[in-house]
Amino acid sequence: MSAPAMGTTRTAQSDASQKKKKGPGALATAYLVIYNVVMTAGWLVIAVGLVRAYLARGSYHGLYYSIEKPLKFFQTGALLEILHCAVGIVPSSVVLTGFQVMSRVFLTWAVTHSVREVQSEDSVLLFVAAWTVTEIIRYSFYTFSLLNHLPYLIKWARYTFFIVLYPMGVTGELLTIYAALPYVQKTGLYSVTLPNKYNFSFDYHTFLILTMISYIPLFPQLYFHMLRQRKKVLGHVEEYTKVE
Amino acid sequence: MDALAFEATMPKRSQNATLAVGPPTPMPAKRKPAKKTKKAVVFFEVEILDAKTKDKLCFLDKVEPNATIGEIKSMFHKSHPQFYPARQSIRLDPKGKSLKDEDVLQHLPVGTTATFYFRDLGAQISWVTVFLTEYAGPLIIYLLFYFRVPFIYAPRYEFTASKHWVVHLACMCHSFHYVKRLLETLFVHRFSHGTMPLRNIFKNCTYYWGFAAWMAYYINHPLYTPPIYGEQQVRLALIMFLFCQIGNFSIHIALRNLRPPGSKTRKIPYPTKNPFTWIFLLVSCPNYTYELGSWLGFTVMTQCLPVAFFTMVGFIQMTVWAKGKHRSYLKEFRDYPTLRSPILPFVL
Repeated sequence: MSAPAMGTTRTAQSDASQKKKKGPGALATAYLVIYNVVMTAGWLVIAVGLVRAYLARGSYHGLYYSIEKPLKFFQTGALLEILHCAVGIVPSSVVLTGFQVMSRVFLTWAVTHSVREVQSEDSVLLFVAAWTVTEIIRYSFYTFSLLNHLPYLIKWARYTFFIVLYPMGVTGELLTIYAALPYVQKTGLYSVTLPNKYNFSFDYHTFLILTMISYIPLFPQLYFHMLRQRKKVLGHVEEYTKVE
Repeated sequence: MDALAFEATMPKRSQNATLAVGPPTPMPAKRKPAKKTKKAVVFFEVEILDAKTKDKLCFLDKVEPNATIGEIKSMFHKSHPQFYPARQSIRLDPKGKSLKDEDVLQHLPVGTTATFYFRDLGAQISWVTVFLTEYAGPLIIYLLFYFRVPFIYAPRYEFTASKHWVVHLACMCHSFHYVKRLLETLFVHRFSHGTMPLRNIFKNCTYYWGFAAWMAYYINHPLYTPPIYGEQQVRLALIMFLFCQIGNFSIHIALRNLRPPGSKTRKIPYPTKNPFTWIFLLVSCPNYTYELGSWLGFTVMTQCLPVAFFTMVGFIQMTVWAKGKHRSYLKEFRDYPTLRSPILPFVL
């Protein structure tokens, strides 16, 4: 599930700037700043691309094609974040980050890219728009945090926008997967049947349905967790008069 | 006898909980004088605080100096019946390590009024119960697929038998393996810990039962494809499987014999007269090595990808356990043999 990746573990980065932290060294910090700046820029490119395409065409339809390449590039690039956690320069859980990034990559490549027929669906725009706004805020949040100059506005945005963006993104994703189902079933995409010498089978159609079902327990958990984080992070506003 | 054995650092999730005995660690500085003098017995007072809230949960007075933590846990249980001893973690420091049941009050670094911190470990379930449940599942589930009970395969295959003899062999091997595990749980293993958190039984059963069903589905499927290299492949795989089953059993027996009945002592395991235990020269946890070998054998025997996945996942988990155990051994025993690797000779 491609929730705006505002997992619990990320707050460690923001709160850490107030407490003593054994965070990344100077070189790692420089690298992370560059990484986050590049990602912010990348998603801004996607945002601008969407707006320009909309203005040019005059409709919401089929905007995916205008930002297909940067979307694939920058969303896939997020895989590096798993590495950052594994190496330890980012204090987040590898498993949690891995899960979040993989779900985004899954939707980008295994659903939208693979099933051509869904690319013109409006649901794609729904989740792409949600991801774009989320990621721009998220990556700028990290950039400023690393530089110890986090404007309250960005912090507020990060912990507030998700309230709308997360359900919006989830809706877009679910509708897209649902739209892909008939084509996957018809073509047997990514599916393996018996008999074969590995004695293995895989039905991608069923897999997609199970994926959709998994949103039911996962989405509320993540959503309410973020709401709790919001209360914790933004609720302390009265305690400090200015940020950092 | 000083009951202060070295704190067990072994992970609780370990399948094979039999540990070796370690030499007693030196006693802490503040040792109460032995009761040889004509002095009256100094009773202790014990207060137990909640580790998180620091609330005073319990106050015990007139506690014998030679009372053990286990006895204190029983006393605490009386005032708080919902916290049976197995779910109590008693420590000297709110964030510190749990004290052991065998620890004696007067040998701990506390004054005559001892302050302990309590943490609730959550509902507990005995290791034996978990093992029996998690192993009985695969045994039964596999057989359901083997006999092709209704609703699994197409109706015309109900209660039919596979025409491939390797499928019958696989059923025998799989069943033998889990019967062996059940019997070992009942008669061989000597567990360090009595209990584990209750939620583990759901996690563990999902893993074992889930994988068993997945593997069994394909092996017993009417469209099952037998191994490419036929009888040769199956024979070789069977030999490897049996060899490793015997090896695994030998290690379990060897580990059991390191520990007197009812004790939780820990010693370094060494090769015995049984050649299957000679692998101790190279490996800290040969039971896991043999287990990997058994499942590799079963994978080759059935030539089934889900079995390969199961083998791989099991190997990853066992490697994590083996590394932890190996580290514990190194920490506890100065003279631990340096040639040994955790699970794969020279490699891992």
